[in-house]
Amino acid sequence: MTNTLHRFGDAASFRDDYVVFAIASRGKNDVDSVPKLKRFLEIASRFNPVNLGDARHGGALRPSRSMNPSSHWNRDIQPDFEGVINGLDTTTTAAAVFDNRPAAEDFVKAVKQEDLGLSVNISTSIDGAEQCCDAAHICRHSVGYSLGFEGKTERLPNEDVLTLMTMCGHGMVSASLAKKMIDWVKEGRRTPEQAVSYLTRFCSCGVFNPARGTRILEEARTRTK
Amino acid sequence: MGAIYIDPQVKRARINRDECVECYACYNGMSQEHLNPAMVRTIRRVFQVMRVRFDPEPDVCPTAAFEPEELTWPRIVRRAFSDPRVPHESTGVEGRGTEEVKTNDVSGRVQVGEVGFTIEFGRPGVGVWMRDIEEMCRALAGAGVSFEKRNPVTSLMTDVHTGALREDVLNEKVLSAIVEIKTTVDRTEEIIRLVWEVEKRLDTVIAIGVGTRCDAEGEDRVVAPILEKLGYRLERAKTNIGLGRVSNPQAARREEVVNR
Repeated sequence: MTNTLHRFGDAASFRDDYVVFAIASRGKNDVDSVPKLKRFLEIASRFNPVNLGDARHGGALRPSRSMNPSSHWNRDIQPDFEGVINGLDTTTTAAAVFDNRPAAEDFVKAVKQEDLGLSVNISTSIDGAEQCCDAAHICRHSVGYSLGFEGKTERLPNEDVLTLMTMCGHGMVSASLAKKMIDWVKEGRRTPEQAVSYLTRFCSCGVFNPARGTRILEEARTRTK
Repeated sequence: MGAIYIDPQVKRARINRDECVECYACYNGMSQEHLNPAMVRTIRRVFQVMRVRFDPEPDVCPTAAFEPEELTWPRIVRRAFSDPRVPHESTGVEGRGTEEVKTNDVSGRVQVGEVGFTIEFGRPGVGVWMRDIEEMCRALAGAGVSFEKRNPVTSLMTDVHTGALREDVLNEKVLSAIVEIKTTVDRTEEIIRLVWEVEKRLDTVIAIGVGTRCDAEGEDRVVAPILEKLGYRLERAKTNIGLGRVSNPQAARREEVVNR
Protein backbone atom coordinates (compact mmCIF):
# COMPACT_ATOMS: atom_id res chain seq x y z
CA MET A 1 0.00 0.00 0.00
CA THR A 2 2.94 2.30 -0.61
CA ASN A 3 0.74 3.13 -3.55
CA THR A 4 -0.79 5.92 -1.46
CA LEU A 5 2.52 7.53 -0.53
CA HIS A 6 3.92 8.87 -3.77
CA ARG A 7 0.92 10.75 -5.12
CA PHE A 8 2.01 13.65 -7.26
CA GLY A 9 1.24 17.17 -6.08
CA ASP A 10 2.14 19.78 -3.50
CA ALA A 11 0.65 19.85 0.01
CA ALA A 12 -2.19 22.17 -1.06
CA SER A 13 -3.29 19.75 -3.77
CA PHE A 14 -4.03 17.14 -1.09
CA ARG A 15 -6.71 19.31 0.52
CA ASP A 16 -9.32 16.92 -0.84
CA ASP A 17 -7.31 13.73 -0.48
CA TYR A 18 -7.23 11.80 2.80
CA VAL A 19 -6.54 8.07 2.60
CA VAL A 20 -6.93 6.19 5.88
CA PHE A 21 -6.07 2.50 5.81
CA ALA A 22 -5.86 -0.43 8.21
CA ILE A 23 -3.37 -3.25 7.88
CA ALA A 24 -2.49 -6.33 9.89
CA SER A 25 1.11 -7.45 10.35
CA ARG A 26 1.88 -10.99 9.26
CA GLY A 27 2.54 -13.20 12.27
CA LYS A 28 1.76 -10.42 14.74
CA ASN A 29 -1.92 -9.54 14.54
CA ASP A 30 -3.28 -11.13 11.37
CA VAL A 31 -5.23 -13.90 13.13
CA ASP A 32 -8.96 -13.06 13.10
CA SER A 33 -8.25 -9.77 11.36
CA VAL A 34 -11.00 -10.11 8.71
CA PRO A 35 -13.93 -9.05 10.97
CA LYS A 36 -11.81 -6.14 12.25
CA LEU A 37 -11.04 -4.99 8.71
CA LYS A 38 -14.72 -5.25 7.83
CA ARG A 39 -15.58 -3.22 10.93
CA PHE A 40 -13.02 -0.60 9.84
CA LEU A 41 -14.80 -0.24 6.50
CA GLU A 42 -18.25 -0.21 8.13
CA ILE A 43 -17.22 2.68 10.36
CA ALA A 44 -15.73 4.50 7.37
CA SER A 45 -18.96 4.21 5.41
CA ARG A 46 -20.69 6.40 8.04
CA PHE A 47 -18.45 9.38 7.21
CA ASN A 48 -19.25 9.82 3.52
CA PRO A 49 -16.10 8.43 1.93
CA VAL A 50 -15.51 8.94 -1.78
CA ASN A 51 -14.04 5.46 -2.12
CA LEU A 52 -13.61 2.30 -0.07
CA GLY A 53 -11.59 -0.72 -1.02
CA ASP A 54 -9.46 -3.66 -0.13
CA ALA A 55 -6.20 -4.63 -1.79
CA ARG A 56 -7.46 -8.03 -2.91
CA HIS A 57 -10.81 -7.19 -4.50
CA GLY A 58 -10.65 -3.54 -5.47
CA GLY A 59 -12.66 -0.40 -4.81
CA ALA A 60 -16.28 0.67 -4.77
CA LEU A 61 -16.45 0.89 -8.56
CA ARG A 62 -15.31 -2.28 -10.33
CA PRO A 63 -15.10 -3.60 -13.86
CA SER A 64 -17.78 -5.98 -15.05
CA ARG A 65 -17.08 -9.41 -16.55
CA SER A 66 -20.31 -9.46 -18.53
CA MET A 67 -21.40 -6.07 -19.75
CA ASN A 68 -24.56 -5.52 -21.69
CA PRO A 69 -24.03 -3.48 -24.90
CA SER A 70 -26.71 -1.03 -23.72
CA SER A 71 -24.35 -0.10 -20.85
CA HIS A 72 -22.52 2.17 -23.28
CA TRP A 73 -25.44 4.57 -22.90
CA ASN A 74 -26.60 4.10 -19.31
CA ARG A 75 -23.73 2.80 -17.22
CA ASP A 76 -24.05 2.94 -13.45
CA ILE A 77 -21.27 5.05 -11.92
CA GLN A 78 -22.47 4.93 -8.31
CA PRO A 79 -19.96 3.42 -5.85
CA ASP A 80 -21.02 0.19 -4.14
CA PHE A 81 -19.70 0.54 -0.58
CA GLU A 82 -21.75 -2.31 0.78
CA GLY A 83 -20.30 -4.63 -1.86
CA VAL A 84 -16.78 -3.74 -0.72
CA ILE A 85 -17.58 -4.45 2.94
CA ASN A 86 -19.37 -7.72 2.24
CA GLY A 87 -16.73 -8.85 -0.25
CA LEU A 88 -13.77 -8.58 2.13
CA ASP A 89 -13.02 -12.20 2.97
CA THR A 90 -9.28 -12.42 3.57
CA THR A 91 -6.54 -10.64 5.51
CA THR A 92 -5.50 -7.70 3.38
CA THR A 93 -5.33 -3.91 3.52
CA ALA A 94 -8.60 -1.99 3.87
CA ALA A 95 -8.73 1.64 2.82
CA ALA A 96 -11.14 4.56 3.02
CA VAL A 97 -10.73 7.75 1.00
CA PHE A 98 -12.21 11.10 2.05
CA ASP A 99 -12.37 14.39 0.20
CA ASN A 100 -12.39 16.64 3.26
CA ARG A 101 -10.48 16.89 6.52
CA PRO A 102 -13.43 17.03 8.97
CA ALA A 103 -14.69 13.67 7.68
CA ALA A 104 -11.22 12.13 7.97
CA GLU A 105 -10.82 13.55 11.48
CA ASP A 106 -14.17 12.18 12.62
CA PHE A 107 -13.33 8.80 11.14
CA VAL A 108 -9.95 8.66 12.88
CA LYS A 109 -11.66 9.53 16.19
CA ALA A 110 -14.18 6.74 15.66
CA VAL A 111 -11.50 4.19 14.74
CA LYS A 112 -9.50 5.09 17.84
CA GLN A 113 -12.57 4.59 19.98
CA GLU A 114 -13.30 1.20 18.37
CA ASP A 115 -9.80 -0.04 19.36
CA LEU A 116 -9.45 -2.66 16.62
CA GLY A 117 -5.78 -3.34 17.36
CA LEU A 118 -4.79 -3.04 13.69
CA SER A 119 -2.17 -0.62 12.40
CA VAL A 120 -3.90 2.47 11.01
CA ASN A 121 -2.17 4.96 8.71
CA ILE A 122 -3.17 8.31 7.26
CA SER A 123 -1.77 9.15 3.86
CA THR A 124 -2.11 12.80 2.90
CA SER A 125 -0.13 16.03 3.34
CA ILE A 126 2.07 15.97 6.44
CA ASP A 127 0.11 18.85 7.91
CA GLY A 128 -3.25 17.24 7.11
CA ALA A 129 -2.29 14.02 8.91
CA GLU A 130 -1.04 15.97 11.93
CA GLN A 131 -4.35 17.80 12.17
CA CYS A 132 -6.27 14.51 12.04
CA CYS A 133 -4.07 13.18 14.86
CA ASP A 134 -4.54 16.34 16.93
CA ALA A 135 -8.31 16.15 16.52
CA ALA A 136 -8.29 12.57 17.84
CA HIS A 137 -5.69 13.34 20.57
CA ILE A 138 -3.25 10.87 19.05
CA CYS A 139 0.55 11.09 19.01
CA ARG A 140 2.01 10.01 15.68
CA HIS A 141 3.91 6.73 16.02
CA SER A 142 5.93 6.70 12.80
CA VAL A 143 6.07 8.66 9.62
CA GLY A 144 7.13 7.72 6.09
CA TYR A 145 7.99 10.72 3.91
CA SER A 146 7.65 10.77 0.16
CA LEU A 147 10.65 12.44 -1.51
CA GLY A 148 8.94 12.52 -4.91
CA PHE A 149 10.22 11.21 -8.23
CA GLU A 150 13.81 11.38 -9.43
CA GLY A 151 16.14 9.71 -11.89
CA LYS A 152 15.03 9.77 -15.55
CA THR A 153 12.08 12.08 -14.91
CA GLU A 154 12.06 13.04 -18.60
CA ARG A 155 10.27 9.71 -19.11
CA LEU A 156 7.31 10.93 -17.02
CA PRO A 157 4.15 12.47 -18.51
CA ASN A 158 2.89 16.00 -17.81
CA GLU A 159 1.65 17.15 -14.38
CA ASP A 160 -2.08 16.59 -14.92
CA VAL A 161 -1.54 13.08 -16.23
CA LEU A 162 0.89 12.36 -13.42
CA THR A 163 -1.54 13.63 -10.78
CA LEU A 164 -4.28 11.35 -12.09
CA MET A 165 -2.24 8.22 -12.65
CA THR A 166 -0.37 8.33 -9.32
CA MET A 167 -3.66 8.07 -7.44
CA CYS A 168 -3.22 4.39 -8.16
CA GLY A 169 0.40 3.99 -7.19
CA HIS A 170 0.36 0.38 -8.27
CA GLY A 171 0.38 1.74 -11.81
CA MET A 172 -2.95 0.21 -12.84
CA VAL A 173 -4.14 3.58 -14.18
CA SER A 174 -2.12 4.07 -17.33
CA ALA A 175 -0.73 7.39 -18.50
CA SER A 176 -2.34 6.90 -21.92
CA LEU A 177 -5.81 6.43 -20.44
CA ALA A 178 -5.40 9.43 -18.11
CA LYS A 179 -4.24 11.57 -21.06
CA LYS A 180 -7.15 10.31 -23.15
CA MET A 181 -9.63 11.22 -20.42
CA ILE A 182 -8.23 14.75 -20.17
CA ASP A 183 -8.65 15.09 -23.93
CA TRP A 184 -12.19 13.68 -23.87
CA VAL A 185 -13.24 16.13 -21.15
CA LYS A 186 -11.70 19.00 -23.12
CA GLU A 187 -13.57 17.86 -26.23
CA GLY A 188 -16.84 17.55 -24.32
CA ARG A 189 -17.10 13.84 -25.09
CA ARG A 190 -17.43 12.95 -21.40
CA THR A 191 -18.12 14.80 -18.17
CA PRO A 192 -15.29 14.80 -15.59
CA GLU A 193 -17.42 12.47 -13.41
CA GLN A 194 -17.82 9.96 -16.23
CA ALA A 195 -14.16 10.17 -17.22
CA VAL A 196 -13.00 9.66 -13.66
CA SER A 197 -15.21 6.59 -13.27
CA TYR A 198 -13.17 4.80 -15.98
CA LEU A 199 -9.93 5.57 -14.19
CA THR A 200 -11.36 4.51 -10.82
CA ARG A 201 -12.30 1.05 -12.09
CA PHE A 202 -8.68 0.24 -12.92
CA CYS A 203 -7.44 0.91 -9.38
CA SER A 204 -7.19 -2.53 -7.83
CA CYS A 205 -7.17 -1.56 -4.15
CA GLY A 206 -9.76 1.21 -3.99
CA VAL A 207 -7.55 4.17 -3.09
CA PHE A 208 -8.16 6.17 -6.25
CA ASN A 209 -9.81 9.44 -5.21
CA PRO A 210 -12.63 10.22 -7.69
CA ALA A 211 -13.36 13.62 -6.08
CA ARG A 212 -9.78 14.79 -6.56
CA GLY A 213 -9.74 13.22 -10.01
CA THR A 214 -12.86 15.16 -11.00
CA ARG A 215 -11.27 18.39 -9.77
CA ILE A 216 -8.05 17.72 -11.71
CA LEU A 217 -10.01 17.01 -14.91
CA GLU A 218 -12.11 20.13 -14.40
CA GLU A 219 -8.97 22.25 -13.94
CA ALA A 220 -7.23 20.61 -16.92
CA ARG A 221 -10.21 21.35 -19.16
CA THR A 222 -9.12 24.93 -19.82
CA ARG A 223 -5.38 24.44 -19.63
CA THR A 224 -3.35 24.37 -22.83
CA LYS A 225 -0.50 21.98 -21.97
CA MET B 1 4.09 0.34 -20.73
CA GLY B 2 2.62 0.76 -24.21
CA ALA B 3 3.03 -2.98 -24.76
CA ILE B 4 -0.21 -3.31 -26.75
CA TYR B 5 -0.17 -2.01 -30.31
CA ILE B 6 -1.92 -2.50 -33.64
CA ASP B 7 0.23 -4.51 -36.02
CA PRO B 8 0.01 -2.64 -39.36
CA GLN B 9 0.47 -5.87 -41.36
CA VAL B 10 -2.46 -7.81 -39.96
CA LYS B 11 -4.34 -4.81 -38.49
CA ARG B 12 -4.88 -6.67 -35.23
CA ALA B 13 -3.81 -5.85 -31.69
CA ARG B 14 -0.55 -7.47 -30.60
CA ILE B 15 1.36 -7.53 -27.32
CA ASN B 16 5.07 -6.78 -27.24
CA ARG B 17 6.13 -9.56 -24.88
CA ASP B 18 9.46 -7.94 -24.14
CA GLU B 19 7.81 -4.76 -22.85
CA CYS B 20 4.79 -6.43 -21.23
CA VAL B 21 5.31 -6.60 -17.45
CA GLU B 22 2.39 -9.00 -16.82
CA CYS B 23 0.51 -6.49 -14.67
CA TYR B 24 -2.80 -7.98 -15.87
CA ALA B 25 -4.36 -4.48 -15.94
CA CYS B 26 -5.77 -5.29 -19.39
CA TYR B 27 -7.46 -8.43 -18.07
CA ASN B 28 -8.44 -7.31 -14.56
CA GLY B 29 -9.16 -3.63 -15.19
CA MET B 30 -11.24 -3.71 -18.35
CA SER B 31 -14.89 -4.59 -18.42
CA GLN B 32 -15.90 -7.22 -20.93
CA GLU B 33 -18.61 -7.79 -23.46
CA HIS B 34 -18.76 -11.11 -25.24
CA LEU B 35 -19.58 -10.03 -28.79
CA ASN B 36 -18.65 -11.94 -31.90
CA PRO B 37 -15.16 -10.77 -33.03
CA ALA B 38 -15.97 -11.04 -36.76
CA MET B 39 -19.07 -8.90 -36.28
CA VAL B 40 -17.15 -6.28 -34.27
CA ARG B 41 -14.41 -6.07 -36.91
CA THR B 42 -16.95 -5.74 -39.73
CA ILE B 43 -18.82 -2.94 -37.97
CA ARG B 44 -15.54 -1.13 -37.30
CA ARG B 45 -14.50 -1.43 -40.97
CA VAL B 46 -17.84 -0.09 -42.17
CA PHE B 47 -17.61 2.85 -39.76
CA GLN B 48 -14.03 3.51 -40.86
CA VAL B 49 -15.01 3.61 -44.54
CA MET B 50 -17.88 5.99 -43.76
CA ARG B 51 -15.62 8.10 -41.52
CA VAL B 52 -18.11 7.62 -38.70
CA ARG B 53 -16.90 7.41 -35.14
CA PHE B 54 -18.68 5.24 -32.59
CA ASP B 55 -18.02 6.57 -29.09
CA PRO B 56 -18.02 3.48 -26.83
CA GLU B 57 -16.94 3.24 -23.22
CA PRO B 58 -13.13 3.32 -23.33
CA ASP B 59 -12.56 0.66 -20.68
CA VAL B 60 -14.51 -2.13 -22.33
CA CYS B 61 -13.13 -5.01 -24.38
CA PRO B 62 -16.05 -5.88 -26.72
CA THR B 63 -14.86 -9.43 -27.42
CA ALA B 64 -13.29 -10.37 -24.05
CA ALA B 65 -10.11 -10.99 -26.01
CA PHE B 66 -7.65 -10.98 -23.12
CA GLU B 67 -6.85 -14.34 -21.58
CA PRO B 68 -4.53 -14.91 -18.64
CA GLU B 69 -1.45 -16.88 -19.59
CA GLU B 70 0.13 -19.68 -17.59
CA LEU B 71 3.48 -18.16 -16.63
CA THR B 72 6.63 -20.07 -15.81
CA TRP B 73 9.90 -19.14 -14.13
CA PRO B 74 11.51 -16.64 -14.60
CA ARG B 75 8.73 -14.76 -16.41
CA ILE B 76 6.44 -15.28 -13.44
CA VAL B 77 8.62 -12.77 -11.57
CA ARG B 78 7.14 -10.08 -13.80
CA ARG B 79 3.64 -10.79 -12.53
CA ALA B 80 4.70 -11.12 -8.89
CA PHE B 81 6.07 -7.56 -8.99
CA SER B 82 3.54 -5.99 -11.36
CA ASP B 83 0.10 -7.37 -10.48
CA PRO B 84 -0.88 -5.97 -7.06
CA ARG B 85 -3.59 -8.61 -6.62
CA VAL B 86 -1.03 -11.37 -6.37
CA PRO B 87 0.57 -11.60 -2.93
CA HIS B 88 4.34 -12.03 -2.94
CA GLU B 89 5.04 -15.53 -1.67
CA SER B 90 8.04 -14.27 0.28
CA THR B 91 6.02 -11.82 2.39
CA GLY B 92 2.35 -12.67 1.87
CA VAL B 93 1.66 -8.97 1.29
CA GLU B 94 -0.16 -7.75 -1.81
CA GLY B 95 0.95 -4.78 -3.89
CA ARG B 96 4.70 -4.51 -3.83
CA GLY B 97 4.81 -6.85 -0.89
CA THR B 98 6.21 -4.58 1.79
CA GLU B 99 4.97 -3.42 5.20
CA GLU B 100 7.60 -0.69 5.86
CA VAL B 101 6.49 1.72 8.63
CA LYS B 102 2.83 0.94 7.97
CA THR B 103 2.95 -1.69 10.72
CA ASN B 104 5.83 -0.20 12.69
CA ASP B 105 3.64 0.16 15.79
CA VAL B 106 3.34 -3.64 15.83
CA SER B 107 6.55 -4.84 14.20
CA GLY B 108 8.96 -2.32 15.73
CA ARG B 109 10.88 -2.49 12.48
CA VAL B 110 12.26 1.06 12.65
CA GLN B 111 13.27 2.22 16.14
CA VAL B 112 14.22 5.66 17.45
CA GLY B 113 17.59 6.61 15.95
CA GLU B 114 17.00 4.47 12.87
CA VAL B 115 15.81 5.26 9.36
CA GLY B 116 14.03 2.91 6.98
CA PHE B 117 14.43 3.62 3.28
CA THR B 118 12.14 2.38 0.53
CA ILE B 119 13.76 2.86 -2.84
CA GLU B 120 11.17 2.20 -5.47
CA PHE B 121 12.06 1.69 -9.12
CA GLY B 122 9.94 2.15 -12.22
CA ARG B 123 7.13 4.04 -10.59
CA PRO B 124 4.99 5.60 -11.98
CA GLY B 125 4.32 3.71 -15.19
CA VAL B 126 7.88 3.52 -16.54
CA GLY B 127 8.89 0.03 -15.42
CA VAL B 128 12.33 -1.29 -14.58
CA TRP B 129 14.61 -4.17 -15.54
CA MET B 130 15.80 -6.35 -12.67
CA ARG B 131 19.42 -5.78 -13.79
CA ASP B 132 18.99 -2.06 -12.97
CA ILE B 133 17.67 -2.93 -9.54
CA GLU B 134 20.70 -5.13 -8.99
CA GLU B 135 23.03 -2.26 -9.79
CA MET B 136 21.50 -0.23 -6.97
CA CYS B 137 21.49 -3.22 -4.60
CA ARG B 138 25.19 -3.83 -5.21
CA ALA B 139 26.00 -0.19 -4.47
CA LEU B 140 23.94 -0.24 -1.28
CA ALA B 141 25.47 -3.54 -0.17
CA GLY B 142 28.90 -2.00 -0.76
CA ALA B 143 27.94 0.72 1.71
CA GLY B 144 27.24 -1.98 4.30
CA VAL B 145 23.51 -1.37 4.78
CA SER B 146 21.17 -4.16 5.83
CA PHE B 147 18.37 -5.23 3.48
CA GLU B 148 14.94 -5.91 4.95
CA LYS B 149 14.51 -9.69 5.11
CA ARG B 150 10.75 -9.71 4.49
CA ASN B 151 10.96 -7.97 1.15
CA PRO B 152 10.40 -9.52 -2.30
CA VAL B 153 13.58 -8.07 -3.83
CA THR B 154 15.69 -9.35 -0.93
CA SER B 155 14.16 -12.79 -1.45
CA LEU B 156 15.65 -12.81 -4.98
CA MET B 157 19.17 -12.08 -3.75
CA THR B 158 21.76 -14.82 -3.94
CA ASP B 159 23.98 -12.94 -1.52
CA VAL B 160 22.72 -10.12 0.69
CA HIS B 161 26.31 -9.07 1.43
CA THR B 162 26.95 -8.18 -2.22
CA GLY B 163 23.37 -7.32 -3.26
CA ALA B 164 23.57 -9.79 -6.18
CA LEU B 165 20.24 -11.00 -7.57
CA ARG B 166 19.58 -14.40 -9.15
CA GLU B 167 21.05 -14.35 -12.64
CA ASP B 168 17.99 -15.85 -14.29
CA VAL B 169 15.77 -12.90 -13.32
CA LEU B 170 18.05 -10.06 -14.44
CA ASN B 171 16.46 -9.78 -17.89
CA GLU B 172 12.93 -9.55 -16.57
CA LYS B 173 11.07 -6.25 -16.64
CA VAL B 174 8.61 -5.35 -13.89
CA LEU B 175 6.22 -2.45 -13.36
CA SER B 176 7.88 -1.47 -10.09
CA ALA B 177 9.84 -2.96 -7.22
CA ILE B 178 10.93 -1.72 -3.84
CA VAL B 179 14.29 -2.20 -2.16
CA GLU B 180 14.05 -1.72 1.59
CA ILE B 181 17.01 -0.96 3.78
CA LYS B 182 17.52 0.21 7.31
CA THR B 183 20.33 2.23 8.76
CA THR B 184 21.12 4.67 11.54
CA VAL B 185 19.96 8.28 11.32
CA ASP B 186 23.50 9.63 10.97
CA ARG B 187 23.87 7.78 7.63
CA THR B 188 20.74 9.31 6.04
CA GLU B 189 22.61 11.87 3.94
CA GLU B 190 25.25 9.37 2.85
CA ILE B 191 22.64 6.87 1.62
CA ILE B 192 20.67 9.49 -0.28
CA ARG B 193 23.81 10.77 -1.98
CA LEU B 194 24.66 7.20 -2.95
CA VAL B 195 21.19 6.72 -4.48
CA TRP B 196 21.60 9.99 -6.39
CA GLU B 197 24.88 8.76 -7.81
CA VAL B 198 23.54 5.37 -8.97
CA GLU B 199 20.18 6.61 -10.31
CA LYS B 200 21.99 8.68 -12.96
CA ARG B 201 23.10 5.41 -14.59
CA LEU B 202 19.66 3.75 -14.60
CA ASP B 203 17.12 4.14 -17.37
CA THR B 204 14.13 4.55 -15.09
CA VAL B 205 12.56 6.72 -12.41
CA ILE B 206 12.96 6.28 -8.68
CA ALA B 207 10.76 7.24 -5.74
CA ILE B 208 12.39 7.35 -2.33
CA GLY B 209 10.43 6.93 0.87
CA VAL B 210 12.04 7.63 4.23
CA GLY B 211 10.46 6.20 7.36
CA THR B 212 11.25 7.06 10.92
CA ARG B 213 9.92 6.57 14.44
CA CYS B 214 8.46 9.69 16.06
CA ASP B 215 9.41 10.78 19.58
CA ALA B 216 7.17 10.64 22.67
CA GLU B 217 5.36 13.84 21.58
CA GLY B 218 4.68 12.39 18.12
CA GLU B 219 7.26 14.65 16.49
CA ASP B 220 10.12 13.95 14.13
CA ARG B 221 12.80 16.53 14.87
CA VAL B 222 15.69 14.53 13.43
CA VAL B 223 15.11 13.12 9.96
CA ALA B 224 12.95 15.86 8.39
CA PRO B 225 15.66 18.55 8.90
CA ILE B 226 18.25 16.31 7.21
CA LEU B 227 15.98 15.78 4.20
CA GLU B 228 15.19 19.49 3.96
CA LYS B 229 18.90 20.29 4.12
CA LEU B 230 19.36 17.98 1.11
CA GLY B 231 16.86 20.11 -0.81
CA TYR B 232 13.70 18.03 -0.50
CA ARG B 233 10.36 19.77 0.09
CA LEU B 234 8.39 17.46 2.31
CA GLU B 235 4.79 17.60 1.11
CA ARG B 236 3.26 14.18 1.65
CA ALA B 237 3.73 11.37 4.14
CA LYS B 238 2.19 8.22 5.39
CA THR B 239 1.55 8.56 9.10
CA ASN B 240 1.23 5.51 11.33
CA ILE B 241 -0.99 6.64 14.19
CA GLY B 242 0.01 3.85 16.57
CA LEU B 243 -3.28 2.03 17.15
CA GLY B 244 -1.91 -1.44 16.37
CA ARG B 245 -0.90 -4.08 18.87
CA VAL B 246 0.33 -7.68 18.83
CA SER B 247 -2.67 -9.97 19.21
CA ASN B 248 -1.79 -13.34 17.65
CA PRO B 249 -1.72 -15.71 20.66
CA GLN B 250 1.78 -17.05 19.93
CA ALA B 251 3.29 -13.66 19.08
CA ALA B 252 1.66 -12.08 22.16
CA ARG B 253 3.16 -14.76 24.42
CA ARG B 254 6.62 -14.18 22.92
CA GLU B 255 6.25 -10.45 23.46
CA GLU B 256 5.25 -11.02 27.09
CA VAL B 257 8.36 -13.12 27.72
CA VAL B 258 10.60 -10.48 26.18
CA ASN B 259 9.01 -7.72 28.26
CA ARG B 260 9.42 -9.57 31.54
